[in-house]
Parts: sequence; C-alpha cells; structure tokens
Amino acid sequence: MPSLGTSFGRGGATTFQQDLQNADCIVIMGSNMAENHPVGFQWVMEARERGAKVLHVDPRFTRTSAMATKHVGIRAGSDIAFLGGIVNYVLQNDLYFREYVEHYTNAPVIIREEFADTEELDGLFSGWDPEQGEYDVQTWMYEGMEVHGSAGQREEGFNATKGEQSGHGGHGGGLQHGEPPAEDKTMQHPRCVFQLLKRHYQRYTPEFVAETCGCTVEEFVQVAETLAANSGRDRTSAFVYAVGWTQHTVGVQMIRCAAVVQQLLGNIGRPGGGIMALRGHASIQGSTDIPTLYNILPGYLPMPHTETYGDLEHYMQANTSPTGWWGHFRAYFVSLMKAYFGENASDENDWLFESLPRIDDDNSVYFTVEQMLKGKVKGYIIAGENPAVGHANGKAQRLGLSRLEWLVVRDVVEIESAAFWYDSPEVESGELKPEECATEIFFLPAASHTEKDGSFTNTQRLLQWHWQAVEPKEDCRSELWFYFHLGRLIKQKLEDSEDERDKLVKALRWEYPTHSGILEPSAEAVLQEVNGWEIESGKFLSGYPELKDDGSTLCGCWIYCGCFEDGINQTARKKPHWEQDSYVANQWAWAWPSNRHIIYNRASADPDGKPWSERKRYVWWDGEQGKWTGLDTPDFEETKEPHYVPPDGAAAEDAIAGGHPFIMQADGRSWLYVPQGLEDGPLPTHYEPHESPFDNPLYSQRANPRRQQNDLAEDPYNPVDGEPGTDVYPYVVTTYRLTEHHTAGGMTRSVNYLSELQPAMFCEVHPDLAAEVGLENGGWATIYTSRSAIEARVLVTDRMRPLRMKDGRTVHQVGLPYHWGKRGLVTGDSANDLAHMVLDPNVHIQEVKAFTCGIRPGRRPRGADLPRFVAELRERAHSRREQDPRVEPEEVRKTTPS
Amino acid sequence: MPLAKLLESWPALRQLREGDPLGLGKAVQSPRSQSLVPRIDEAEHVVQSVCPYCAVGCGQLVYVKDGEITQIEGDPASPISRGRLCPKGQASKSYAQSPIREYKVKYRRPYGTEWEELSLEDAMEMIAERIVKTRAETWEWETEDGNPANRTMAIGNLGGATLDNEENYLIKKLMTGLGIVQVENQARI
Repeated sequence: MPSLGTSFGRGGATTFQQDLQNADCIVIMGSNMAENHPVGFQWVMEARERGAKVLHVDPRFTRTSAMATKHVGIRAGSDIAFLGGIVNYVLQNDLYFREYVEHYTNAPVIIREEFADTEELDGLFSGWDPEQGEYDVQTWMYEGMEVHGSAGQREEGFNATKGEQSGHGGHGGGLQHGEPPAEDKTMQHPRCVFQLLKRHYQRYTPEFVAETCGCTVEEFVQVAETLAANSGRDRTSAFVYAVGWTQHTVGVQMIRCAAVVQQLLGNIGRPGGGIMALRGHASIQGSTDIPTLYNILPGYLPMPHTETYGDLEHYMQANTSPTGWWGHFRAYFVSLMKAYFGENASDENDWLFESLPRIDDDNSVYFTVEQMLKGKVKGYIIAGENPAVGHANGKAQRLGLSRLEWLVVRDVVEIESAAFWYDSPEVESGELKPEECATEIFFLPAASHTEKDGSFTNTQRLLQWHWQAVEPKEDCRSELWFYFHLGRLIKQKLEDSEDERDKLVKALRWEYPTHSGILEPSAEAVLQEVNGWEIESGKFLSGYPELKDDGSTLCGCWIYCGCFEDGINQTARKKPHWEQDSYVANQWAWAWPSNRHIIYNRASADPDGKPWSERKRYVWWDGEQGKWTGLDTPDFEETKEPHYVPPDGAAAEDAIAGGHPFIMQADGRSWLYVPQGLEDGPLPTHYEPHESPFDNPLYSQRANPRRQQNDLAEDPYNPVDGEPGTDVYPYVVTTYRLTEHHTAGGMTRSVNYLSELQPAMFCEVHPDLAAEVGLENGGWATIYTSRSAIEARVLVTDRMRPLRMKDGRTVHQVGLPYHWGKRGLVTGDSANDLAHMVLDPNVHIQEVKAFTCGIRPGRRPRGADLPRFVAELRERAHSRREQDPRVEPEEVRKTTPS
Repeated sequence: MPLAKLLESWPALRQLREGDPLGLGKAVQSPRSQSLVPRIDEAEHVVQSVCPYCAVGCGQLVYVKDGEITQIEGDPASPISRGRLCPKGQASKSYAQSPIREYKVKYRRPYGTEWEELSLEDAMEMIAERIVKTRAETWEWETEDGNPANRTMAIGNLGGATLDNEENYLIKKLMTGLGIVQVENQARI
C-alpha cells in the first residue's frame, strides 16, 4: 500500500469494482481475478460486453486469461520490465496525456542536482550505504526542499523517518516547506521528473521487454498500443492487481510502476480508470486502516519509534505536513489519544505520548518468527490466521511456535497452527517430539461472521455492516468478546499496581456496553468510538475536518470519521442499488474517506473544472452554485474554486491549489517520482527475484539491493544464475489460490462441498517439462527447494507455457496452489514449506510469487528421510549462505563457495 | 385413479393445456415436487450480512429458524454483487456448520501428548495471568542504546484481516496499552 500511498496520497484502491464497467480497457496483472474475485469479475465482463479490451498479463493462462481479449505470458517476477516498457513506449511515442501530466502530476518538478539514477550507478540510486545496506534518501528530494521529518533532528540524535514509518505509513507524502516546488512547466529541464523518467526507462525497449519477460515484441506492443489508444480525454483504462504483484522483493515497486503508467495516461481519479487493488481477506483493508500492524496506529499515524522520535513535539514536527490534509496531524493524533485514554490523556501530560510503546525499524511478523526461533518470544496470540500453512517457510513457522512458552490460537476449527506439536511434517520427521515440546497451548473456538455484529472494509474502502444472525454456541466467542474480556481481566489484575509500567494499560478507556447472556460487547459502541464525538456535547462528528487538536474531540480512526454521522450507523445502510440514483450507489454502506468512491475525483475534470469529455464526466465545478458536484462525493473542498491560488504562507488544505486534485500530498500532485516514503528507490527499476535462474540484463546489481534477508539456518537460499548448483533448482515456481479455497484453508478445508470440489494438492507443469523430467498427468511429483520438499499430484497442462528468453534459453515455470496442510477434511503438503523468507523492504512481504525449485517424479521421502533428502540436494547445489546475506554486485558469488 | 384423471395428469397433455409447451414449468411437476417449498419460506427471520471470504464484499442473506441458520444466499440488493456468490460464499452455511468445527476450549500442557478439557472461564483467567507475568518479566524501558522503548518484545499478536473493524480496533488498543508492539495480520501474506 505504500505504493498507492506515496503515488497518490492514500493506501487504498483508487476506484471501486462497479466502476470497472466504464473502462475502455482493463489491464489485469498480478491477479487471477476470475478465479479469486469471481463476483467482482462480473464488472470486468460488463466492460467487455460494452466493447472494452481486457488484457491479462500473467505467467499462467488462467480462468481470467480465458475471459480476456488477450493473454500475454511473462516470466514470474519480470513485471517491472514489462510495465517499464510501457512507460518507455508511451514517452517515446508521445502517447501520454500532456495536459493531465503537466497539471496534476509532479512531472514538471525539478529534482536535486545530487540525485543519480540507476542508469548512472549500475543499478543503485544515489545515497546507497553499502555498510548499512540502506539508502540515505536526501539526494532524492525536490530541489530546494529537505526530506520531511529529518531536518534539524539528526543533530539532536533523531534519525529521519524510514520505510513504512515515513510518509504516514506510505500514506501521503510530506514535504518540508509549504511553498510550491521548483518546476519547469515545459518539462524540458534535464532534472525535471519528466526527463528523469525518460532517461530511466530509455533501455526498456520492446526488444528488452521480450527478452526479459519471455513474451514476443508484438505481444508487448499490442498491450502498450491498446492501453494508450484507450486512454485520454474521451477514453479511460483501469489496472487491476492482487498479491501476484505484492508478494515479491520488489512488490511495492511493481504497483508503483503501474501508478506511473496510469499517471502518464491520465487515468487516475476518473471513471473507468484507476488502480483497483484486489485484496484477499474480508477486511484486510480494514485491518490496515484500523491496523493490527506493528508500525502504525489507526488512520496511518506512525507508531512512535525508538530512535526517530524523542518527545511529542518531535513526533508532531516529523509528521505534520505544513501543507495538505496531513497539516492537521495533531488533531488526528490527539483525538485518537482521547479515544484510547479519555480523561487520562491531557495537554498537560502530552496526551500520554511519552508512555506509548516504541517500535524498531522492523517488528513485522517475519521478524517475530526469527525472534521465536531464537527463543526471545515467550507468548503469542493467533486470531483467525494460520501461519503454519499460510506464511513462507512453514517449517520455520512451526518450529518457531514450538519454542514459545505459551500460545493462544483462536479459530473455528483446529488449524495446523494449533496442532503442529503432534501433527506436522516435523513430528513426522522426528524433528519435533510432543514430549519434548514445552509450549503450553490454549485453543479457543471462535464465532463465525453470522454469530456477531460488525463491519468489514472491503477491497474498495467500503465499510459494510453485517448483523448477527444466531448466537454462538458453547465456548465459541467473537474476537470482540475475547479481547474485551481479556482487557477487563488484565485491568482487574493490575488495579492496585503502582508500577509505572502499568500506567498506560490502567489509563485505557475500556467501558463498552454488553448484551446477551455471554456479555458480548456492543460492536456499534466500538464503531461509535471509531467515528468519534465532541466530548462536551457528545455529538457525533460528521467528518475529519471537525477534529480538534485541543482534546475537545475524540476519534478512534480519523479516516473513518463520518461512518456514524448523525448517530446513524452509516455502514449498515442497505438501500438496494435499484433504488439509487446512479451506479455509484452512495447510499449503500459507507466508503472512507467521507463516502467517496473514486478518490482524487477532482482529476475527472480539467484544470478549469470542466469534465475532460462528456463521455467521462464524473465530478465537475458548477460555477452557478459555486461548488463541486457530480455522481460521487467530491474528493475536494466543496467550494474551493478550480483556479484558487493559495496565498503566501497558507497552511494545510489551504495551501493546495484549486487545480491540484491529490489533496493528501503536500504539493497536491500525484507522484510519478517519489522523493520520500520508499526504501528502495524513487522510480521502479527492474531487478531479478531473490532466487532467479537469470541475471539482471540491465545491471550487475542483480536483485533489489534493499531486500531484507535473514541469518537463519532454517532459511537457506537456492543458488542463482551464474552460481554453481543452479541446475539443482532450475525452474521458476509461483504460488496461487483457487476459487474453491481460501488462503491457508482454515475456512474452506473444513467445508464439505469445497473439499469435494478441490480435494488435493497439485502442481501445474507444461507437457515439455513433464517430458523433460518424466512426470505423468495424475501421478505424483516431488518439488524441492533448499528449505524443504513437498509432494503433489501432477497436472500436465499447456496453460503453463514455457517461455523463450534471451539467448534462446527456455524457462519452465511450476504452478502451486498453497491451500493445503495436515488438518481438515482434505489434506496435503503445503506449498509455503518450499518458500524462503526474503522480504520487500517497504512492507516486509515475502517473495512467494517467484522463486526457484527442482521437480522429480514420485512421492517425497517419508519420516527422517525427508530432511536428509533436502540436505543432500542442498549440499549438492552448494546452496550458499547458510548464514551470510547475498550481496551484489559481487563477482565472488560466481565462484564455488566452500 | 380414474382413467380420465390419469390422462389429465399426463405431462405431455398438461404441457399443451397449461400453456407450458416446452415443458419447463408447472406441467412437469410431480405431486412430490409440487409439495416442495423453498427452505427460506420457513425462515423466522432474515439477516443482511457480508461474505467472510475475500474482499469483494458480496452481500449475503442469512435465513434463520429455531436459532439455526437454514440457508445463506446472495443479497440481490448489493450494488457490488447483485445477488451473486462464488462457490465459497455459497458454501458459507457449511462453513458456519462445519462437521469439524470446534465448540469447546482445548488445553495442551507443556510436554503434554493429549489435548485436555478446560473451561472458558479458566482459560481466560490463565491467559490473562500469563500476559501479565510475561510482560512483567520481559519489560523494556529502554533499548540497548538507551532510547525509550516502553514495551515487551516477548509477546506478539497475529491476525485481523478476517476480523471486523471493531475487533481490530480493540486488539490494537489493548496491545498498545500493554506495550505489546508485535501486532500483525495477513496484510503481509
């Protein structure tokens, strides 16, 4: 989400599924939408029925490809080469939407002289610190500006905000000064973003794309042409992606590259345009907005950091942008502290800021697993997640759990993460023995969605309320019940504690009305707190502009402010779509922010406020009424004129000009080039996956230099191109989902119909690969990496097309669904047991969409023979780096390691 | 049955006489199929819900009788799904009523080889105790470099993307109050 956040200002899909019907062209990449979001896919089909082109670019020919007007097969992990090719094609052939680019993006902005591009530094941007393995991002800045949140603080011992911490969790960029950046409207200045883009992508020619991705020049050109021909004043194109993009060591930059394409083509904030991020869990957007994430507080407010922030004023200074809506950071933060701590948080005690816990750079889930393996984590609570199957390197996950002192697992069925101590591959191999495992485990049955009230935030930022239908049985309880009563019990135990440590938990506001015999807390009461109210009058707030920084308002998540406007649960609005004025259906549930469905929709009008064309009218300036109007809630101050020019010294939203639609960004523009907020570069660059059979055709810097590796013996890596032993793991492997199952299977391998429909783990291979290694359709295959080996039924299919690459080399790809584990009505080996834990540096997501493997016919070895088999192959491959991180460019890696 | 009546019940004749020439309607109903009524007719109430699987957010109608779910169908009123559900959404009654669903707390003591029974009340008490104890034993006021920390790094919480916003809110609020920073969910997988 930092990709969308840094590009446009908010970490969410820019559009909504129903609006896909208005697209003239839809590019689906990194997603098998027909399979994994089938009901949402109806809107793609609506568009196709109206004549839209549907282009699917994907390593596999899937159900989505079958319904597309064109499928182009590419090598897993080569998406930036393809997208960068589109950027280059659009720039070289003058196919970009000039007026949009000039007025709404940062294309004219001039970048500091010190900035150096990957084209100059052989795959690195300026500021690379090889010792730290990090970038110093100062040189990436706009000319005349400083990286926000760093100036002056460094001397006092505080570092610049980093990664997800900076730019509000990758959620809107701050700039140090309020004045407009230096720019060249003609976009000719050699250091303006437009020219930088041109130079950065000049080598991404159609031929380069074909050689790197494994498609043909014609296929690539057809995609680029179709996309460009269906963008402009009168036509719009949409991009759709899912975790096929995010789960890479360059995942954030893949999405960023699509953002660059869409900005150049003028497709953001307009009907039929946008970037539709498809998320895979019912409320994954919600659990990011109201985060169960280490690095942010609700509404993308950064968690205090051990190094970055000393006191409240530093925290404020680092996060309050002088311009744009982040100018009200203090109001958002203070209102949250009032929601958390009520009267206990006051101006006098700095709203308890000094007592808040602090994070380090990375306290994400993979960090935690590392710490478990090292014996540093004692207790763990898992609620509705199944890391033993769903996370990369299942063995490391399960062994991590086995080293805890205590573990709580809450789910509707006994999932693998609860059963690992007596039923797991490690128990089978003898690596884990129940009588030697000290972990104390509590399994608590959970309530299903039909047994509780609450809201989910779907993939298009829409909060939809679901009502309880029946009472949960016996010990089954909602998470609301569990965490509420857990908090109540803990507070009871600490009631008389005088310890300073317990001050904060004792200060928590923890009063929620309960109902029914089991004392279920009221979900609506929690939602009311999320919405917030004026403390003195108790009046519910109608939107975040009403939040105050003096402690007079309370709000649990500022971007959700308005969801309980007028004391009415707006998320529970269920007016049928046929009774509504337009397809936007803005009386069904409630979208954040402020019930806006397409965000940045000021960009659907030209700089004068007129629709770019009649065909694509959406939100426009009504001169007679003196306000913005249209089909959706305008994502702009209602009465700010299109030609409004901020006066000198204007602050916050007043500093955003009437012609700048991206109101969360400090300069009101979308960012083609991201000067701050990303760890691995201001522009997306093609790097190879961490494990790849190929070298980087552009640079001797092979993979993302900033990717996160670990030093665990449990997580060794396969050799890469040029290293000895690549022949042991010569194939590219990619993982995916099926319609009939959901993630790690806890919610579907427990369902009889679904288990019948997809009963067994399988792998997909091409007939050529089957012939090469002797696999039979319907027979067994063993797939192995240096982490583990699994077995699967073989599905021989030409849907897994071999690709011809540079120098005539052929690459085979193996497809693996990842739904199975040892529990449930249907069982099978877990694809994630094969994967490593190398991560994207911005969001710490593992690369499971492209790594390498070997495959051979037959079932895998049983018992203790399994780890022996894996170790033997690893030795044969000289699988390097049991402990040392892999560094490039480095000639040494091409010699035989000892 | 008298012959005339038998003849009248002959489907081919009924097709022609009852305006159902293609034999796709009432004409082909048997006495048994005529007596069938939809499961949802007997429902005591219907609740508007949202599918719990992916993030498309399809509307569901949950039909209830005698305190049990009798059917889950797509909600035609939803502007997103317009009444449709995928195989998972359609099977979600079976998810809520899975044959392997767990209804009781299970407890595994250290080095234990079997699950044991435990009351929910005792489990809650024991979990609260463990959090308080582990937290006290592992509390860090400062990092090794002397920067403020105010936390425990020995406890973590995982999960949230399948849960409600309100649940996520309470999780983050409680954990922040307790100084537990390792709070994570499926956003990274």
